[in-house]
Amino acid sequence: MNAPSAPLSPYSSALGKSNLEVHTLSVLVDNEPGVLARVVGLFSGRGYNIESLTVAEVAHGEHLSRITIVTSGTPEAIEQVGHQLERLVPVHRVTDLTLTGGAIERELAMIKVAGRGEDRVEALRLAEAFRARVIDASIESFVFELTGAVAKIDQFIELMRPIGLVEVSRTGVAAISRGPKAM
Amino acid sequence: MVKEMTGAEMVVQALKDQGVGCLFGYPGGAVLPIYDALFQQDQVQHILVRHEQGAAHAAEGYARSSGKVGVLLVTSGPGATNTITGLTDALMDSIPLICITGQVPTHLIGSDAFQECDTVGITRHCTKHNYLVRSIEDLPRVLHEAFYVAQNGRPGPVVIDIPKDVQFATGAYIGPQHIEHRTYKPQLFGDAAKIEQAVAMMAMARRPVFYTGGGIINSGVEASRLIRELVALTGFPITSTLMGLGAYPASGPNWLGMLGMHGTYEANNAMHDCDLMIAVGARFDDRITGRLDAFSPGSRKIHIDIDPSSINKNVKVDLGIIGDCTHVLRQMIEVWRHRGCKADAGHLESWWREIGVWRERKSLAFKPSDTVIKPQYAVQRLFELTKNRDTYITTEVGQHQMWAAQHFHFEDPHHWMTSGGLGTMGYGLPAAIGAQLAHPEALVVDIAGEGSILMNMQEMSTAVQYDLPVKIFILNNEYLGMVRQWQELLHGGRYSHSYSEALPDFVKLAEAYGAHGIRCSDPAHLDEAINEMIQSPKPVIFDCLVDKTENCLPMIPSGKAHNEMILPDTDEDIGAVIDSKGKMLV
Repeated sequence: MNAPSAPLSPYSSALGKSNLEVHTLSVLVDNEPGVLARVVGLFSGRGYNIESLTVAEVAHGEHLSRITIVTSGTPEAIEQVGHQLERLVPVHRVTDLTLTGGAIERELAMIKVAGRGEDRVEALRLAEAFRARVIDASIESFVFELTGAVAKIDQFIELMRPIGLVEVSRTGVAAISRGPKAM
Repeated sequence: MVKEMTGAEMVVQALKDQGVGCLFGYPGGAVLPIYDALFQQDQVQHILVRHEQGAAHAAEGYARSSGKVGVLLVTSGPGATNTITGLTDALMDSIPLICITGQVPTHLIGSDAFQECDTVGITRHCTKHNYLVRSIEDLPRVLHEAFYVAQNGRPGPVVIDIPKDVQFATGAYIGPQHIEHRTYKPQLFGDAAKIEQAVAMMAMARRPVFYTGGGIINSGVEASRLIRELVALTGFPITSTLMGLGAYPASGPNWLGMLGMHGTYEANNAMHDCDLMIAVGARFDDRITGRLDAFSPGSRKIHIDIDPSSINKNVKVDLGIIGDCTHVLRQMIEVWRHRGCKADAGHLESWWREIGVWRERKSLAFKPSDTVIKPQYAVQRLFELTKNRDTYITTEVGQHQMWAAQHFHFEDPHHWMTSGGLGTMGYGLPAAIGAQLAHPEALVVDIAGEGSILMNMQEMSTAVQYDLPVKIFILNNEYLGMVRQWQELLHGGRYSHSYSEALPDFVKLAEAYGAHGIRCSDPAHLDEAINEMIQSPKPVIFDCLVDKTENCLPMIPSGKAHNEMILPDTDEDIGAVIDSKGKMLV
């Protein structure tokens, strides 16, 4: 007889929380009523995490929407997430962009900062360094538009906090693979 | 064939085109047009149930016993919400159902209209798929697509919610030809390389076991024939889940009995000690695996399933084969034959010797009695007296269900209908009605408990109205027996609300419904009473008064492994066997 193996369930091993990973999934779906509720309901019903979610129609003629979900869990749990998504009838394809590797991920954020005097100058200086655009300005405020990787946006927001951060609106991650092939 | 008709007529036409012989339903305001269309034809028979939950379970019983799709028709609001338990049951046990619900007219949707509810929202989590049909143009496609989705891949329930104005609207009907789904295309054949690998693993195995489940039953009669062939070819032992009983005959030489929480000692020990497990259409449910980290620790595992999400869900396997059981089993047999494979006869023989020792423990044994009817004895006698007939068994949920699974022996698939995944009390009577409709000449028996049967007792009226002579065989111990058993084992014998007080007189109740009532409390008269039940042309309620405190054994206690079973002859305090961690489990 072989030696007994370690616990095998994705759930029992998830208890350790030691091997949590963050993955980005692209899900191509029929753009029909309720499809987003199906996807979101699947995550809440089965206790999976959603770190970020974006959705929009990407092919009007074919009524196709693309959902990008950033989720966290053990590798086994994330594999389950993919299979469970594939079970949904209106789902065409699910790709784990983190597994396929080398995907590009971008997020857009609008960041409102208020202040006067030296703070305004500092905010503009930092915005320039981050290539954030000013899309609204008043005597005592700016709204910056910033596109980039999640970490870059996080970093910019942290820098704005002491200067006079008022509020943030973020889109969540959109992602696409590199190279000539589709998902 | 394009024909103009109303939405309501399309529904009935689609049922005819899909070969639906009967459906179960309950009328109401939002489905009146469909009921009107049903009235004007006689090809599709409508069975009027007494509660919509009954319609869902009856459709399940019909589907499970016939291999066809079960259909139910209910109105909006409460009609729809009353089906939720049945739909969830069908989802858990992979039963193909079509549930047509009426909805308030489209212009009233979202206004909190009378008998309005968000049916697609509510049923999204308890169906395989659902549709709200907002326009008559979509209706024919949706109707046929729903049948496709319900039956293909892993089967399941599909809801079609049809607003009343769509039922009245006129449009062009399109038949079921060329229905191919845009996205839903399940994989049927196993990957050839993986089949080769599986066969190679089987040929090398020294302590193999087949672990089969409801997927074989769902795949069709041919899958059962093929598993029998493969078992005969290899000489491997075979066990089955609750849902898979009958795929391999209980009289077959390689049969180990059911496995799992109330499975046999030999089946569970074979699972624990095997070196190769071949799971076919089974899903490693917690009632099967027991303690996960001690589940069959030394084995390599092959898992065949049509649902990719079943593979590696609870238990990580070494080889996952996605496909329909029928196709995959046929592929395996072909490769086994083509390669001239032989099982490792020497090792297999010593494996069987080991199994023989486990069998000798006779884990299903119980202490017989001359004075009181033991529930196991009642099931045994029922089996002996009905085994030469075409008998279909349904159950409710609880101790009686497990005793039925242990002591009624199934020779063929589709003859055993029970609520496995959801564990729905109240399933058995309506399911028996569905099975009797699918098999008018057969003997259909609902093995019940006195608690469960009261949950859908109203369906007796349905049985009487349609002359469906179903037999309700109540193992009446005046306790919610499984609850009582767990309270004995886990909660210091504090029997909180598990005693069945104020029970009706079941014999008089049967008579009140226009059925036949029988009561028996004496083991000496049991055979005679059972024969009376079988001979009755009417529906029967058989009130079998059994030992009140009998426990259902053997049992794998919560949180324990397959080789830590409680056996009937265990003398130790069984409450002490379960640790605090186990008590947390259900």
